[in-house]
Amino acid sequence: MKKTLILTTALVSFGFAANADVTVMSWGGAYGAAQTEAHVKPWSAKTGNPAIMVDSDNPAPAIKAMVEAGNVTVDVASVEYADAIRLCDEGILEPIDAASLPPAPDGTPATEDFLPGAITECGVSTDIWSNVFAYDASKFTGDNVPKTAADFFDLEKFPGKRGLKKGAKAVLEFALLGDGVPAAEVYDVLNTPEGVDRAFAKLDTIKDQVVWWEAGAQPPQLLADGEVVMTTAYNGRIFNAAMTEGKPFVIVWDGQIYENEMYVVPKGAPNKDLAMDFIRYATSTEGLRAQAQQISYGPARKSSFAEPIVFKDGKTVMAPHLPTAPENLGNALETSSDFWVDHDAELNERFQSWLAQ
Amino acid sequence: MAEAPTALLTTADGRPLKAALATAQARARRRAFLLVLPLLAFVLLTFLIPIVYMLKRSFEHDGFASSAPALVAWFKSNPDFDPMNPPEEAYAALVQDLARMQVEKTTGIAGTRINYSVPGSISLFKKGAREAASLTPPFKESLPALDKEWARPALWRGMASASHVYTAEFYKVALDLKLTDKGWERGQDNERIYLYLFAKTFLISAIITLLCLLLAFPVAHLLATLPMAKSSLLMILVLLPFWTSLLVRTTSWIALLQEQGVVNNMLVALGLLDDSGRLAMMYNMTGTIVAMTHVLLPFMILPLYSVMRVIPPSYARAARSLGATSWTTFRRVYLPQTLPGIAAGSLLVFILAVGYYITPALVGGADGQLISNLIAFHMSKSNWSLAAAIAGMLLASILLLYWLYDRLIGIDRLKFG
Repeated sequence: MKKTLILTTALVSFGFAANADVTVMSWGGAYGAAQTEAHVKPWSAKTGNPAIMVDSDNPAPAIKAMVEAGNVTVDVASVEYADAIRLCDEGILEPIDAASLPPAPDGTPATEDFLPGAITECGVSTDIWSNVFAYDASKFTGDNVPKTAADFFDLEKFPGKRGLKKGAKAVLEFALLGDGVPAAEVYDVLNTPEGVDRAFAKLDTIKDQVVWWEAGAQPPQLLADGEVVMTTAYNGRIFNAAMTEGKPFVIVWDGQIYENEMYVVPKGAPNKDLAMDFIRYATSTEGLRAQAQQISYGPARKSSFAEPIVFKDGKTVMAPHLPTAPENLGNALETSSDFWVDHDAELNERFQSWLAQ
Repeated sequence: MAEAPTALLTTADGRPLKAALATAQARARRRAFLLVLPLLAFVLLTFLIPIVYMLKRSFEHDGFASSAPALVAWFKSNPDFDPMNPPEEAYAALVQDLARMQVEKTTGIAGTRINYSVPGSISLFKKGAREAASLTPPFKESLPALDKEWARPALWRGMASASHVYTAEFYKVALDLKLTDKGWERGQDNERIYLYLFAKTFLISAIITLLCLLLAFPVAHLLATLPMAKSSLLMILVLLPFWTSLLVRTTSWIALLQEQGVVNNMLVALGLLDDSGRLAMMYNMTGTIVAMTHVLLPFMILPLYSVMRVIPPSYARAARSLGATSWTTFRRVYLPQTLPGIAAGSLLVFILAVGYYITPALVGGADGQLISNLIAFHMSKSNWSLAAAIAGMLLASILLLYWLYDRLIGIDRLKFG
């Protein structure tokens, strides 16, 4: 088994090694498709450089493995905020010159146009996405529909299986939000051993009703198959399933946990200069707008909102569907990258042992 | 006979026959060696070297040792320092290293290494490195003033341990030990996982092996005793799934066994189950056992078949004619002769099951996970040394089993067909 693992890793890396195209690695599914349409294809058409998109369940460990093995085949990767910071600290990523990012159309420099925190030493935000929960409207009707994070954990009022992400991040926070901890205090609570116990105790109450998912494309599928009656998910995946496939999925914004998604360049990327050019193009005012027309993740540039963003169907106005819409931020939590940079390993280990018991 | 012919036999050209023979044989041996050389190189390159490299990795991590030279030197000259109260020189060395990490951008690497045994260290190191240049002596007071964690004995124990490039630390973690202020101690119940999962993996593998044996024995017997035409047809039925992609077979089981799957739908349609009482046969231990038993079944059938095929039917007939009941015939005559096949099949299935990854990952849900899933988890979390340490323990336990098997049954009795 070990041998196979190492072998396949080697084979996979060899497989890509011969490729001279600019390679972008993202999360697949509706999200990968959105970035392909909004960034990869138009950049390739504009500059004449061939570019391809490859999928991963999570690009961060993949590029780290590549850099450590000295065989980097990816030029640009889309990673979570905490990973962009951690990998940068570990010397896995190329620094990105914030001053080189294109200014807003009115001349505002990028550093002022982006929302605070959206540019880091090694990463630029491609969007703000959110962990939400969604339910199947054909299963709950009338007044008896889930409205709050607490409802997700209420098996008596809303019986049926739940889908949850198989990992500690955003799940422990969600459990505390569901247990009535105010968003502003979640990380203070989670920073104590009692707080972690409390989160796991809350998860214990629904543990035997949970179907665990790993890839972002799974939750809409679980809902559609009727395997679960409600599930946590990345908000854009639910939105796209509802819009393009007409599924009766409803997003509950109470207790949403949002963060920036970052484009990064792994150290030793074969086409580093082109990768930087790609990022400048993709994170321009228009580039971010183009992505938000494909999937309901919010741009992190103020100038991208200058005109209303309309979904690719040509009629749906995106503003109310974005995690950053004021009406969706009522009981919302921003992921703390500081917390997860430190506790990711420890809490995921605890999570795994809790799962196995 | 004073002059015995000391000059022995010679070849036609006068060389001693012994030498000529030796040359010829050496040449043949060289040629034979050249023939197996590609295979040898292949095994070395794709099997032994990766395993040695993996084992090395489980002992080795220079993340901290290479980025904190001053502190490493201090630890080296003061191996018996008191972690409860490290002296000023230790703090001074630490601050010097922190300042260097900030310049060389190695804070993350060093912090990650310490974070493996002392959670929370990554941001501690980042903060410390940012401020290091502006700290003033005595550092023993100024550094803990920045963050009291810097005075924690567990942190100092962790740094002392990480100052060695070679360490058994990852094996300690894999044995469910935690680094506390007093040293390595057994973790709390809710944090212990590895030994539990090891035991569970071996138990599930044993169950799967037993199920495979029970299912395979009659099939193999039928295969071995049917007339050729029928048995080859049956053989194809055994081999067809064997040749089908593992992924396809596993996902077929998902389609069959999931809550809205074929089996549940059928039971509900037949009225045997209430629609709200559908059975949970997937994403749990049941799913893992069912799918893995199916996937591994051919590895039991084939060795059993190859042994049963050569058992002469006359033995059983003789036993019957001498008055043995059919049960006694089976137990005392037939079964003992199939033992090499049972042993080979069980060993094969058990060892494959212990290291299985993809099937439990897909159908195991929460409680059907095996130790290999945890190895994959740590690889994905980039803690390769811990993954290697767990894999090393798995390898060691398999070798132990193999050794036991050799002592008890004898490896030369193994028959894989």
